[in-house]
Amino acid sequence: MSAAPTSPPTIPPTSPPIPSKSWTVKVRERGVEALPPERLLPDGQPTYVASWIYVFGVASIASLIVIIGSGCILALKGPAWWHETGVGHFFNSIHMWSVELFFFAMVVHLWGKYWMAAWRGGRGRVWVTGAITFLVAVPCALTGYVSQQNFDAQWISTQAKDAMNSVGVGAFFNLTNFGQMYSYHILLLPIAVVALVSVHVLLVRRNGVVPPFELEDKLS
Amino acid sequence: MSLQGAAIAGAVFNLNHPAHTVDWSFIHLSVANVVVIGLMLIVFVAAIALPFPGATKRDAARRGGGGS
Amino acid sequence: MSFLGPKDHTKPWKGPYAPYDLVKELCIAVGVITLLAVLLTVLLSSPDDKPSTIAQWSHELPADFATTAAEELNETSGTAEYGPPYNHSSGSVQHFFFLHPQRWLGVSHPINTAEDYVVKPLETIPYDPALRSALTEYKAAPTTQKKEWSEAYAKPLVEYSEAVEEKKTPPSTVSVDTSTGTVTVKTSGAGPVPTMMASLQSLAQSGGLEGNLVSSSRFFQTDYTKPLLFMADGGLLGERAEGQHLLGEQWGLMNETGSYPGQPWLWLYALWYQVEPMKNSPNADIQVLLIMGVLSLAFICIPFIPGINRIPRWIPLYKAIWREHYRAQRRLT
Repeated sequence: MSAAPTSPPTIPPTSPPIPSKSWTVKVRERGVEALPPERLLPDGQPTYVASWIYVFGVASIASLIVIIGSGCILALKGPAWWHETGVGHFFNSIHMWSVELFFFAMVVHLWGKYWMAAWRGGRGRVWVTGAITFLVAVPCALTGYVSQQNFDAQWISTQAKDAMNSVGVGAFFNLTNFGQMYSYHILLLPIAVVALVSVHVLLVRRNGVVPPFELEDKLS
Repeated sequence: MSLQGAAIAGAVFNLNHPAHTVDWSFIHLSVANVVVIGLMLIVFVAAIALPFPGATKRDAARRGGGGS
Repeated sequence: MSFLGPKDHTKPWKGPYAPYDLVKELCIAVGVITLLAVLLTVLLSSPDDKPSTIAQWSHELPADFATTAAEELNETSGTAEYGPPYNHSSGSVQHFFFLHPQRWLGVSHPINTAEDYVVKPLETIPYDPALRSALTEYKAAPTTQKKEWSEAYAKPLVEYSEAVEEKKTPPSTVSVDTSTGTVTVKTSGAGPVPTMMASLQSLAQSGGLEGNLVSSSRFFQTDYTKPLLFMADGGLLGERAEGQHLLGEQWGLMNETGSYPGQPWLWLYALWYQVEPMKNSPNADIQVLLIMGVLSLAFICIPFIPGINRIPRWIPLYKAIWREHYRAQRRLT
């Protein structure tokens, strides 16, 4: 009697042969290693996260969401709309106040993080990305102010141009050029802010919220 | 009524008049900006001073000694 | 240690975790911020002061308009004497010791004030033989003659403006009819310039000059540099700004029109303009921006600056922030 034919080994469906030099696999593996799902979206926080000061980070993000939402509605109807209709003016007001709330929340957040020395334990990049976000948000707001197409825009653009020109930036960043400023305001600088905030939040998720100072430590 | 007037009149409080300022030595700040800065300081202090909800859950976690 | 991670003794947390719903927290935060923004909108709205126009300027301040136009033709206005990025003059060129970035980056938005603000707009006016003749005479003259004519016209106007500003009796060489916005300059030796300026004032008052300055080179335009710089050379924008507390000495760069909050986060930037030597320096802008550049870099690098990164340890506000944690630790021990 001949031996029963052996069936070829079955290849598990989830692991087809993949070349080891695959960029996709490399990116995925590095991503999952840095931020496994339970670290990317944890359902718990250390017990020392027990203060209202911690909500100002998420308040900043929430303000940014409202800024972008109201900004998108303003962009739908173009830059003149808010001068012409009550609804347009309503959304412009939402946009303006959410910007005030954004800077308000960011400042309280950065005060809190300074007094917690939140850069400790290898979290220097978290502070750096947060600080750069604040500094990039300032010209983002400036380009908004000069895009208003009203007296405020006329005044701010004709005055601030002197500062830009004094350091040579005015040669390629012209505050009195509405088209250029509007483009920076609704596209380029928001992309920069969102990218920085994303990196900042991912770094917080990766490193965790900074632990308290040890009371018995000598100065660390 | 102009569109601008209608829009401003839609607000409960009309802020469309020249600002009052807080003047001290060479410092001249608008009242609105002083209010915003003052509120930042008040909110910062309040955020630290006020108790944060969830103390029972946190105490239970400490007693349970669970790590993530 | 990872890149940009300052050395310290902070140990990774090995202690307990309590349930914390981040997604719910974000949703609540978005809801609260939206409500706050809507509440502020309903209570306070937002400012929208209508822009000034060249037509308004030439009607409301006809002498100021005429003086500015004469200075543009004479190439003695703020824009004409500015320097890069508009032209090769040096009136507003700033530097800091060996740093001359304004000059280095050069003229990228060329503006010839005489041509762009006076001659070219006038060339678009049809069916005016007197103006045609004046323009032909002006364009055919040598540069020195053009200068003499425009100087002869501008001088009485500048004297008039200075007298009005200093609240003195203005000279009789300039008369202003406020009902029609007409400015008459009694001068000899101005050649065709008075005819040109009268036509320019009419063009401005008809509203034709704004569009002319914006779409001077092509149909579609979004660059308002020329009309804005022209208006900024005059007094109308500054007059409105002073009423709204927007001038530099009023800490204006922090302010909004009306009684609205402005940009309080610019307080430190505004402060440097009020202190010496920046306060009275012709290089104030570059000085202040360099100071703010250094401070911004320091702000980014706080974790790495010895001393600054220790203050939170020395001034123990952290004991209030983490008081529940420390209390629990004491209970355990």
